[in-house]
Amino acid sequence: MNWTLFFQMVIIGIATGSLIALIALGYTLVYGIVELINFAHGEVFMLGAFFAGSFIGVTGVTSENSTLQIVGTLLLALVASMVFCAVLNALIDRVAYRRLRNAPRLAPLIAAIGFSFILQNVAIYWKGPNPLIAPKILPKEFTQYNILKRWDIFGGYFDDKFIRFMAKDVMVIAITIPLLIGMSWFVYHTRIGTAMRATAQDREAAALMGIDINRTIQVAFLVGGALAGAAGMVALIYNSSARFNMGFQYGLFAFTAAVLGGIGNLFGAVVGGLLIGLIWAMSDGWMPTVVPGWGAQWTNTVIFSILVLVLIFRPAGLFGKATTEKV
Amino acid sequence: MAVSSVQARTEAFFAERKSESNDRLRKVLIGLIVVSLYPILDQWLGIGLLGSLIPILMYALLAMGLNIVVGYAGLLDIGYVAFFIIGAYAQAFLTSPNSFFIRNGVVPGFVQNFWVAMLFSWVLAAIFGVLIGAPTLRLRGDYLAIVTLGFGEIVPDFFTNAAGITGGPRGIGQIAKPPAIPLPGDRSISFSSTDHVSWFYLLLAVGLLTLFVITRLYDSRMGRAWQAIREDEIAAASMGIPPVSTKLWAFALGASFAGFAGSVYSGYVQSVYPDQFQFSISILVLSMVILGGIGNIYGVLAGALIIGSFDRILSIKLTPPINSLGRTISDWPTPFGNIGEFLSTHELSSDRFFIFGLALVLVMILKPGGLFPSKQRAAEMQGDDDNFEFDDYETNQTLRAARRKEA
Repeated sequence: MNWTLFFQMVIIGIATGSLIALIALGYTLVYGIVELINFAHGEVFMLGAFFAGSFIGVTGVTSENSTLQIVGTLLLALVASMVFCAVLNALIDRVAYRRLRNAPRLAPLIAAIGFSFILQNVAIYWKGPNPLIAPKILPKEFTQYNILKRWDIFGGYFDDKFIRFMAKDVMVIAITIPLLIGMSWFVYHTRIGTAMRATAQDREAAALMGIDINRTIQVAFLVGGALAGAAGMVALIYNSSARFNMGFQYGLFAFTAAVLGGIGNLFGAVVGGLLIGLIWAMSDGWMPTVVPGWGAQWTNTVIFSILVLVLIFRPAGLFGKATTEKV
Repeated sequence: MAVSSVQARTEAFFAERKSESNDRLRKVLIGLIVVSLYPILDQWLGIGLLGSLIPILMYALLAMGLNIVVGYAGLLDIGYVAFFIIGAYAQAFLTSPNSFFIRNGVVPGFVQNFWVAMLFSWVLAAIFGVLIGAPTLRLRGDYLAIVTLGFGEIVPDFFTNAAGITGGPRGIGQIAKPPAIPLPGDRSISFSSTDHVSWFYLLLAVGLLTLFVITRLYDSRMGRAWQAIREDEIAAASMGIPPVSTKLWAFALGASFAGFAGSVYSGYVQSVYPDQFQFSISILVLSMVILGGIGNIYGVLAGALIIGSFDRILSIKLTPPINSLGRTISDWPTPFGNIGEFLSTHELSSDRFFIFGLALVLVMILKPGGLFPSKQRAAEMQGDDDNFEFDDYETNQTLRAARRKEA
């Protein structure tokens, strides 16, 4: 049993897991309110990564510039890609899903699948089918900087040869946690957030209480899109590349996370995201050393099996209450 | 009401129905004659599209099978490719000398024939349909869609990863083709990949058989049960239709036809590998069903023809004219950069999924029943008219007040 590798994978798993949690929140917010699996959400995330890449490229800031400029540009890129994805997501809702509110459930789902293919092709027209390499904005030392080594709290055990806790892992978590706190403040402590929760519980009753349903749904799409945009920017920097088809895998993993946590449950989506991130990292990095014949190629199968098994045996997820279908 | 009047109306109803079905039969027969004469026409006029028609016919087979699941029973299956790959690999396992099972002597000699293996693949895909469907069909529509997608990813992944049995990413080659049919004299009908004419007729025959079986199924007790479940599951269940087993029949039959198509495909291309069976195939077939007319088998065939011919013929034939158009307008200034230069090297086949995605969205928004809708299905997909709502709140209030007055 290789414990060093195990802890290494825990660190990687938490970083990717928080990324997945950001995307999963977009699924769960939208599903909670309109009961639509927004199949195009993963593609919105992917376009967020593309947008952040070209935004940083346009500013021309590289790792040569001063720290203040780099941090400023990254924050600007984060905000810009959040705004971009929020508007894109709300626009898709306005163009397609809103017209299908009263149609059977499958109609908006089919439209969402259609949009997912449209957006993938938009990305190809925009940047071509090859992977987009992230602009070199972070200094090389930053991405390869092992924080544990600096602190040396474990008597030199966690140095470069053993566990790495990179500065870029810290970056992912430093961006994700404020966003999660901000979002839960928004949903639980603002007027419009209360309206969202009311609409999710009972759309008609909320409308009778004077809540503008269409506006509330639009806000859910805006917030979900913004989180996807942030995740896109972070994923681009973290993986230092992005590709037109990355939205499919990330999207499905995030959807699995949302289902695992109980779809519609915000806290569940975050926990589910972290769990899926951990499982992903373990299956990619740690399992091959434990299970003979195991390899990263089985990761997709494992995560899709989790998706299928949770849906079959515990459709309400880990933290949801079972509900019966209303007539 | 007097008895005689009821009788008269009933007779009139059945007479009308009979004339309608005669009318349809006539149309189908005319269509059939035109289609079956096509190879002669193709050779005579030198069109040279026969080779491209073969994949289109296979798409049509898949689309007819998916229509049972999505159109008749109303279950959205977006991982249909799973059953296609199972059929294709079953055929490979049973007939290729390279297959794991033949090398270990598990497959009896008589099964190693194309036609016999095809039957086995058909049944095997149906069995997998039951295995996958039985636990999942209790799920609500959108969850079911995601589960099918999950299986659509797991199954090809399995064939890629279990390399010891499946040959891994390189797959299995040397799959048996149909044995040549001897003709009087020295000649025979052979089925190598370049024998477009014989493959065309083989697929036409298989397709007609499928069409016949599916239309008969639709009019059977089972077919009516599917429609009832699709329209209102709870109402159907309270009328004594068992929802899960009815859906399971639809799912397994749909799967079996995909397996059937897979085995024919396998015999045609003679080598299978997992990359041929991606998520995009599921979506391609789904857009045929939805664009053509969900639930209307002739509409679905039209959808397969439209999308298949764009996929296999138009996108290839239209690329050179578009490229030359691009070259002539390459010095026109536009606000979006140089469009001419973009068009001069653009391959239309890379737009396929953009166009199919757009088709899915547009059909859902503008014509939910598809281009050639079944009347019943179109009305369902429109949604409940009684609860129709506008975009703004005031109008809805007025509307509701008006409805209350009516009631």
